[in-house]
Amino acid sequence: MIELKNVSYGFGDGPLLSDINLDLAPGSFHFLTGPSGAGKTTFLRLCYFDLFPTGGHVNVLGTNSADASRDAVSSTRRRIGVVHQDCQFLDHLTVEQNIVLPLSVSGQSAQDQDVSDLIAWVGLAERRHAHPPELSGGERQRVALARAIIGSPEILIADEPTGNVDWEMSQRLLSLLVELNSMGTSVLFATHDLSLIRSAKTSLSARVLRIRDRTVQIAGADL
Amino acid sequence: MTDTATKTNPGLSVSVDQVVPAAGHTVWLTSLTSAAMAFLAVFALALSLATERLASKWEGELARTATVRISAPAGQTERQVQAVLDILQTTPGISSARALGSDETANLLEPWFGPDLPLDSLPVPALIEIIETEVGFSPDNLRLRLAADAPGAVLDDHTRWRAPLVRAAGILRNIGLFSVILIGGTLAGMVTLAANSSLAANRQIIRVLRLIGAKDSYIARAFVRRFTLRALIGSLAGVILGLAAIFALPEATLEGGFLTGLGFQGFEWAIPLAIVPVSAITAFVATRFAAFRVLKGMN
Repeated sequence: MIELKNVSYGFGDGPLLSDINLDLAPGSFHFLTGPSGAGKTTFLRLCYFDLFPTGGHVNVLGTNSADASRDAVSSTRRRIGVVHQDCQFLDHLTVEQNIVLPLSVSGQSAQDQDVSDLIAWVGLAERRHAHPPELSGGERQRVALARAIIGSPEILIADEPTGNVDWEMSQRLLSLLVELNSMGTSVLFATHDLSLIRSAKTSLSARVLRIRDRTVQIAGADL
Repeated sequence: MTDTATKTNPGLSVSVDQVVPAAGHTVWLTSLTSAAMAFLAVFALALSLATERLASKWEGELARTATVRISAPAGQTERQVQAVLDILQTTPGISSARALGSDETANLLEPWFGPDLPLDSLPVPALIEIIETEVGFSPDNLRLRLAADAPGAVLDDHTRWRAPLVRAAGILRNIGLFSVILIGGTLAGMVTLAANSSLAANRQIIRVLRLIGAKDSYIARAFVRRFTLRALIGSLAGVILGLAAIFALPEATLEGGFLTGLGFQGFEWAIPLAIVPVSAITAFVATRFAAFRVLKGMN
């Protein structure tokens, strides 16, 4: 699903990441942790081809970073949902329009009922006609999550999605991701919040990846 | 859900025209530029077509005519005129020849000397007008024969001053056409700048679209459609204004000369309408080129 072979990334004085060898299986749930500035976001960007490795190669859903065309990258991204800490939207569109946008760019449309169900699932039924600037941090995260999964992605990559929300909202977002994983979507969840990882113990079989000394290590046994 | 989405699809979708916000200075800039360029292009076309007509007219009217001027001592003019007419009647390539009467000569001189010119008291040469056949005559042979039988006769086949006039008209026509090309190039440059500005202003939107899997062709289409439509509307307005301005010019008159001949005749009025699709195509190509160039520079 996501395979990294001898991957390094960086310029100048030394690579930010180096010698990464990983193979993330379909249907898995991985937390990615590490101190601020360790390279979590860089690692995730390599996984959805927002960055390309300066050494080695990344293979995601059959697309190889070494020879991927721009169109191939776009096609692969349609199979990946991404949620950022500071998620960006098209501010002139409504919540509902932002959520269906991934389908629209690939020439599809969404059934009204499906969209309603999805919006209700993330708890934004009352906000579907609002515009992104009107939303709170937690609401924005949930809109980003809905947008990320409307295309039924095979992989969901979340980069500190709980960074701007309170504990209760963090738990709610986590439970949504766990539910999504139970339906077969692979999840790669970057967070520096270890208590959030511990809280997932009861409901999840997940592995923890830790960035240390510029490389990614698998941190012990399953939670 | 938007009206557009409702009308075009039973499900929910966002049309490509909606992904880029309509606001921004590039909206009116592109329309205004297109209108101004189209307005100027109408005048450049009018200039080009008017000079084309003028060149054809001068060439057509003068190419098959010639003049024999006879300056003979008093008492010999009439004899030499007759001798020249006799020669012309037997010269191959000449359709007809006739001596201009004193009234016609006075009319020719009227623009310079005014009416009631006392021709009898002036040493004005006699003039014979020659109309050639399609084959034409040999000026050199005719000059030799005239020199032998009518030494005061000088043949003017108009080549000397017809050629620079026709050449000048041709140059003016080419300048007009070149101006149209320059205007098209300027429009392409302005639209490219406006498109670049719009692409830069909407960088965040492009980044979001790339993130969710939009291909370059989809993102480019969002900008291309918008700029093409603006150019189309702007150039249509410019052409209408330009045609109205040309229509308001005074009609062509002999006294007015070249300036009042600036305009269109018959089917030529339809030619400026081609500026509208050409502007749209120019905007389409310029925006598409700019969009793909900018997008290739982005991740």
